[in-house]
Amino acid sequence: MTDAGRHPRITIHTLSEVVGIKGYVGNFDVQIVKKARYVDEKECTACGDCAKACPVVRPDEFNMGLSSRRAIYSPFPQAVPSAYVLNPSECLGNNPVVCSKCLEACEKKCIDFHMSDQTLSVRVGTVVVATGLMPHDPRVLDEYGYTRFENVLTSLEFERLVNAGGPTQGHLLRPTDRKRPKSIGFIQCVGSRSARRGKAYCSNICCMNTVKSTLVLKEHYPDMAVKVFYIDIRAFGKGFEDLYTRSRRQGVHYVRGLPGHVEEMADGRLRVAVENNTGGTLDYYDLDMLVLATGVEPAPSTHKLQEMLGLQLTSDGFFLEAHPKLQPVDAATRGVFYAGCAESPKDIKESVTQASAAAVRAIRLMQADQIAAEAITSEIDQALCKACGKCAEVCPYNAITVDPKKKMPAQVAKAACSGCGTCAAECPFGAITMNHYTDQQIGNQVGTLLADRSAEKILAFACNWCSYAGADYAGVSRLQYPPNVRLIRTMCSGRVDEKFIWQGFAMGAPVILVSGCHIGDCHYINANQWTVKRIEKVRKKMEKRGIRSERLQLEWISAAEGVRFAEVMTRMEQLRRSVSEQEIADTIAILAKDK
Amino acid sequence: MTTPISTISQSAAYQTGSDPRIGVYVCHCGLNIAQTVDCDGVAAAVSGLSGVAIAKGIGYACSEPGQREIRDDIEKHNLNRIVVGSCSPRLHEPTFRQMLIAAGLNPYLLEMANLREQCSWVHMKDPAAATAKALDLVQMAVARARDLAPLVEPKLPMTQRALVIGGGVAGIQAALDMADNGYEVVMVEKQASIGGVMAQLDKTFPTMDCSI
Repeated sequence: MTDAGRHPRITIHTLSEVVGIKGYVGNFDVQIVKKARYVDEKECTACGDCAKACPVVRPDEFNMGLSSRRAIYSPFPQAVPSAYVLNPSECLGNNPVVCSKCLEACEKKCIDFHMSDQTLSVRVGTVVVATGLMPHDPRVLDEYGYTRFENVLTSLEFERLVNAGGPTQGHLLRPTDRKRPKSIGFIQCVGSRSARRGKAYCSNICCMNTVKSTLVLKEHYPDMAVKVFYIDIRAFGKGFEDLYTRSRRQGVHYVRGLPGHVEEMADGRLRVAVENNTGGTLDYYDLDMLVLATGVEPAPSTHKLQEMLGLQLTSDGFFLEAHPKLQPVDAATRGVFYAGCAESPKDIKESVTQASAAAVRAIRLMQADQIAAEAITSEIDQALCKACGKCAEVCPYNAITVDPKKKMPAQVAKAACSGCGTCAAECPFGAITMNHYTDQQIGNQVGTLLADRSAEKILAFACNWCSYAGADYAGVSRLQYPPNVRLIRTMCSGRVDEKFIWQGFAMGAPVILVSGCHIGDCHYINANQWTVKRIEKVRKKMEKRGIRSERLQLEWISAAEGVRFAEVMTRMEQLRRSVSEQEIADTIAILAKDK
Repeated sequence: MTTPISTISQSAAYQTGSDPRIGVYVCHCGLNIAQTVDCDGVAAAVSGLSGVAIAKGIGYACSEPGQREIRDDIEKHNLNRIVVGSCSPRLHEPTFRQMLIAAGLNPYLLEMANLREQCSWVHMKDPAAATAKALDLVQMAVARARDLAPLVEPKLPMTQRALVIGGGVAGIQAALDMADNGYEVVMVEKQASIGGVMAQLDKTFPTMDCSI
């Protein structure tokens, strides 16, 4: 912490929030709102004279409300920057009649009631998202009596009670009588691993955090009875099993089973009813204190940041990485990286490892003063553009600006365009050219394929990242499937223009397949959702024109689904066989007439 | 600064691909492709297509001798588009693009036909059908190649400064690593001090030492 605070190249803005990010890799323009501290950060020596004079007493957030602080205070002794901060909503105000005692107490005159919030603008090349976590709030589901019984604490409150810098100088005291507890129980998975209560995922750190806490207790109070109620102990990391074994060997009692019921007895102790899964017995334990091993949830700022940077979230609400194995710290948005619990619950070692990885990935881009951008981007013919705004609506990267009201033609920010081609496929006026996947180039492929013996062939479009890769995987696995399939590669299924499909049917294609990444896996954020809409639209039109809509198929095939690719091809061949020559001829006639 | 792609892609020489001179190479990949597909037959069948200046089978297109042969042909026959029928472009597209650059051609003037992963390996029991498919795929690649246009990857300025959002243990580590490597870092923290949740912890596993 102090290293970061002292580093000549690190500027720390505390009490600050990012309120806007515009731009793209290499050139992000960031708006930061820095709230007033009312204390000169540079001048303050953290002598504490101001706090001594302050008459306002409030619960101390850092100690989880287990101690108090003043309206002007130091967040905690080792805080960086080492400066006091004044909470304006608690302060009695800058009126000598009312208070202003801190102003008088501060010899260096660091306190300034006229300080105001600042908006800062800064341009950066890369962004590391390290927004951390929010501990699960056990008040929401009060199953263990957290809100009713004072002697039920969260793991973070317990941390403060055993911390030498905490409100009790590290002496564990029971909240109700301020005496050292003789027995203590830890309840695991509070807010985790339950689809009904809290979150379905494992929060990763709580098992080891509890193991650590039991060791701290056994070190300080060897006689204390320590029990842990758990589903199973996940001690998977390096050195973890060793700690777990040590904890057991020191007499910590691990009880397999989560309590069903907690009640408070007259003397403040807690009676815990738990079904012991090992012995199949219903056991009761009377304990002086209970600690809830609360889970890890995404930080509250996650959604706001997701919108600002165009990021994706997993179903659990954490940030989604570009690739779970090969790009674990990259966001799909180029130049944005993840570190720590913003990406998923993780311990300190993992957070630090990931942070270093994120730093190197960012440096990899920043080490040159220029960066090569994607060449496969779209271009708009200003003369043909009618400023309808469709392209801007479908662009997953907000790379297109257009003003339909003022009839200002669309423009593509080349640097932000990633080349999915959805805009080109959706433009009703043919005003957009997708470089390297132009209408002409793809039309040539379709035309050549269907120039002869078209009735025997299956025309299939496959996106580069998932389904084309899935086809490759089928090959690597030597899966055999019908040989009359011909794939046309596009970067994204979003590129597959309606006109390619009509061209295919007009030239006698019996069946056509459009394939892409599964919904949620799209390499272009959500471009494949437009594929879905388009295919539905085309199928409706087919029905209207008297063409059997099953002849157009849409399938999601991931890069790992070689087997599925082969199955889909076999299905397509069965479908092809169901299309008669007469049907093909009818379709050709219908489409020729409509033209 | 950004290179305006449009000025290049619309330059007269390439705009219509009016005079494509395409070199087609049907790779045997040892026996990986040649065992199932009649590679030389496919090459012969496309040699008469419009725009094809030269078409031939080749043992290993990706090997150094293979690449040299193509490079020599580009010079000798004044080729301006290359079609390689071989393995998946997901494997060797970067290889062949580099080869085009070395031969003085724009790397986007390459087209590949996937004759291995998507043909010979998946239709091993039906060489005739596999060969017919390979021919289709190479013809489609040639048709596409006729209209390929050179592209330039625009260069953007890179601001050598990073933003770190969040001043917990992850943010601090990332900031220090970048700053120690010489980059400016702006760290934004919502609270009055950096440190995050980590600063609240007493001892931390697995070393059981202090967190700060």
